[in-house]
Amino acid sequence: MDETIAVAPAAGVSFTDEVCSIPGGDAIRSCIQCGMCTGSCPTANNWDYPPRRVIAMVRAGMREELLSSNSMWFCASCYTCTVRCPRDIKPADIMHALEVLSIRSGLSTKQSRTPIMYQCFVDSAKGNGRVYELGMMIKLFLKTNPFAAFKLAPVGLGLFLHGRMPLRPTRIKGMKELKVILDKAKKLGGC
Amino acid sequence: MKYYTYYPGCSAEATATPLGLSVPPVAKALDMELAELEDWNCCGSTPYHSTYKLEASAMAARNLALAEKTGLDLVTPCSNCYVVLASVNTHLKELPAFREKVNEALAAADLTYGGGVKVRHLVEVLYTDITPEVIASKVTKPLKGLKVAAYYGCQLVRPDGFDDPESPHSLDEMVTSLGAETVPWELKARCCGSSLIMPEPDVALGLINKLLKNAQEHGAQCLITPCPLCQINLDAYQSQVNSKFNTSYNLPVLFVTQLIGIALGIPAKELALEKNIVSPMRVLAPYL
Repeated sequence: MDETIAVAPAAGVSFTDEVCSIPGGDAIRSCIQCGMCTGSCPTANNWDYPPRRVIAMVRAGMREELLSSNSMWFCASCYTCTVRCPRDIKPADIMHALEVLSIRSGLSTKQSRTPIMYQCFVDSAKGNGRVYELGMMIKLFLKTNPFAAFKLAPVGLGLFLHGRMPLRPTRIKGMKELKVILDKAKKLGGC
Repeated sequence: MKYYTYYPGCSAEATATPLGLSVPPVAKALDMELAELEDWNCCGSTPYHSTYKLEASAMAARNLALAEKTGLDLVTPCSNCYVVLASVNTHLKELPAFREKVNEALAAADLTYGGGVKVRHLVEVLYTDITPEVIASKVTKPLKGLKVAAYYGCQLVRPDGFDDPESPHSLDEMVTSLGAETVPWELKARCCGSSLIMPEPDVALGLINKLLKNAQEHGAQCLITPCPLCQINLDAYQSQVNSKFNTSYNLPVLFVTQLIGIALGIPAKELALEKNIVSPMRVLAPYL
């Protein structure tokens, strides 16, 4: 697992600027706070701050409060907000940008298991060049709640018995090339 | 014959095996040549792109750079791979500074991406290039009397799909071209909870329950979907929904290519029907 090195924003860079600098986050200034995103979101009732408020908080500079909340981690990337937004600001992409900033700042919440799941996925994708779903799931349960694994064991067993849960990962041939690409991207930093 | 570069995606080799196995025989029957992208890697999916954006984009771009050399459209059957690869592709085309950085990373492995690839979803290719009319002309076992709920999920039609983002019709047309009936249902393009099923199962199971209830109430005998995550959520987690909500759903959830394959007369074995968790055999028996 990667060591998370907390990165603070450069002096004079507003929270809105930070979000804008990530591809997909750039239209946030156009929001008119109509609430279409919140009204369209299938998971909004679980968010510490629902989508419309998330956008208001970015523009109000409430960085730490927002990046340490569970809000954006509940985004299921259904993009209903995005196709309905009358100002074309792509709220789902903004949630992804906030997740990036939350990880980069070392603020991601312990209240949601999603950041841990994402990290397990990343480790798996980087490790073999392809995601190994079984390995990722086992790691997630070990890191969060091993007891939850018992509840979901029948699902995993069902997939296994139907030949949908290989016991070995697939590794790409170009692992060396992929690794130098990822190392270089990491060194370049930012977005 | 129509030619494409094919990107199966990681799930098609594991949890979505029935998709990975049913695409090639269906493509062959429809005169499509899908040449698998040599040594493709994971697209990064939403988890990587929502944590380490530049690394993830470089990872996705390796596929785009490899695909560019083939000169063909890059086709994937996975809705999440489609959204991720298409979104990175758009960002690389529209943001020069971002493209430069990603290309700098690719250059470390002697690769470069010029922005020349068109990323397409298999369903869009089947609908636009092959067309429901041609599919209908190749049907040897019409699925007469079968009531199907066409479940689009999200990422086939949003954010930049080829169909109406909230009231899509392409899959319905394809199902009727097979001789089956589609049921009209309100939630056909609503969210199943996607990967939240792992970190937040209660939230996702609630959404899955709503979908199954809506499809069943409208008389569906089975559902079809192109999306690996949707299929796993609705199929493999159906028993969890039943125990949590005290329901008794027994609704098979097929990949769209499995249903097309049956109507085209492809043997059940080649379509991996035995790998679906909720067995579709009872519902499909008259057509096999």
